[in-house]
Amino acid sequence: MINRALNSIRNMGGRVVNSVSRLGMAARFFGLTLLHSGQSFSRFNLTLREIYSAGVLSLTIILVSGLFVGMVLGLQGYETLQTYGSEEALGILVALSLVRELGPVLAALLFASRAGSAMTAEIGLMKATEQIAAMQMMAVDPIARVVAPRFWGGVISMPLLAALFSAMGIFGGYLVGVVLIGIDAGSFWSQMQAAVSFQDDILNGVIKSLVFGVAVTVIALFEGFDAPPTAEGVSRATTRTVVTSSLAILGLDFILTAFMFHGV
Amino acid sequence: MSENLIEIRDLSFGYGEHMVLKGINLTARRGQVIAIMGNSGCGKTTLLRLIGGALRPTTGSLMVDDVNVGKLDQEGLYKLRRRMGMLFQFGALFTDMSVYENVAFQLREHTDLSEEMIRDLVLMKLHAVGLRGAHNLMPSELSGGMARRVALARSIALDPMLIMYDEPFAGLDPISLGVTGNLIRRLTDALGVTSIVVTHDVQESLKIVDYVYFVSEGVIEAQGTADEIRASTLPFVHQFVHGEEDGPVPFHYPAQSYAADLGLKA
Repeated sequence: MINRALNSIRNMGGRVVNSVSRLGMAARFFGLTLLHSGQSFSRFNLTLREIYSAGVLSLTIILVSGLFVGMVLGLQGYETLQTYGSEEALGILVALSLVRELGPVLAALLFASRAGSAMTAEIGLMKATEQIAAMQMMAVDPIARVVAPRFWGGVISMPLLAALFSAMGIFGGYLVGVVLIGIDAGSFWSQMQAAVSFQDDILNGVIKSLVFGVAVTVIALFEGFDAPPTAEGVSRATTRTVVTSSLAILGLDFILTAFMFHGV
Repeated sequence: MSENLIEIRDLSFGYGEHMVLKGINLTARRGQVIAIMGNSGCGKTTLLRLIGGALRPTTGSLMVDDVNVGKLDQEGLYKLRRRMGMLFQFGALFTDMSVYENVAFQLREHTDLSEEMIRDLVLMKLHAVGLRGAHNLMPSELSGGMARRVALARSIALDPMLIMYDEPFAGLDPISLGVTGNLIRRLTDALGVTSIVVTHDVQESLKIVDYVYFVSEGVIEAQGTADEIRASTLPFVHQFVHGEEDGPVPFHYPAQSYAADLGLKA
């Protein structure tokens, strides 16, 4: 009985120590990535390639999701607003919901599932097939050559994807509200223009998506680099990337919202 | 410049309490093909990783071209590695790059050569391994033997002084086996490099090597030229060279008595 209790305390302690140690390793990994980022800019074509695979190849899922989220917002928003006779405010509701919250958060969640998991799997497999070791033996630093361009590719892509998600969502809201239901197009756009502030709403949304981009990309790259070089190890690392990134996005979103929109 | 490219003296290496290599002494003269043989898990790949500086010796010295590898910092190590080539067990080609780009990789990373010069060098290296015509293929389109040859072309891209081969014969068909063996010998002689081959393919490697070291349980059990190894009467070497089932390396993993395991009275 006492032994079992001691064992479970020991196991819990082990898990805590392991988590703290991994957090430390991830922080060190992030620092090293920043430190070895020179090549990502001096040889920008390396980063450009990663912008293509993380950003351009995520466009389909981002644009389609954005459109549908905007259309649903249009329908749901109209249902609520018409109760108070303020259907013209639909433009504001759709735009603010997307630009402040749904755009950055949903785009980041989709980015983590589409691009983040791909980054982890790619780097994990590079490790499992000794490509990373080969690079080190060729006197090429894999952090500078493989990790940093992917990091910057992800960080640059994320705000652009979030912006496109929001733009597509607003278009979806317009389709439902103006084209389908028949709200006046003038009031839809003019109210939106009057209510959405560049600094308080759009800029804060961009900052959010940048922070999410850093978080998702660092988590994805670290998990790939730290994955045991086996099929099971890579598979677990990929799952961990999606779970950890999603939780990090939601947690960070709450913190950022508390700071940004407090009293707005 | 000493006559020996590699000099290892009383080298030991371990992970914590567990010692993988114990008191290794090994010398590789310039221009020689040296084989390090032994059964799986005996520490031969660890020895290769120590020579490449991926691991540091616990005790003893390891000199490569008169430089103590164990004492080098990251920058010194990378400088030394530019003069080393390594062929990994399954090639370790970069799967997102074509054969051409794989061979050009080090040239692009470490030199400022013009694109024309890089093209000529890449095609020359690929020609040396017989795969000039495959320069446009992706690694996924290559057979195991071809991937190994492309990796060999990549490892000689910067004209190294030392090439290390980790199990170059593993999983190859008889033709690829012969081709790879001959390439190792031919490239060593033509380029004047030193080659270290870690392998357990006795018959193929004895055809091409100048000197053999046999590693067993972390120590050098035997050494000699190919003929001396073939004629050796040492029980471990004899078992290994002739592929005998039982001997100093037992067939059965240590266990309690068979009768006891089956619940029978002894």
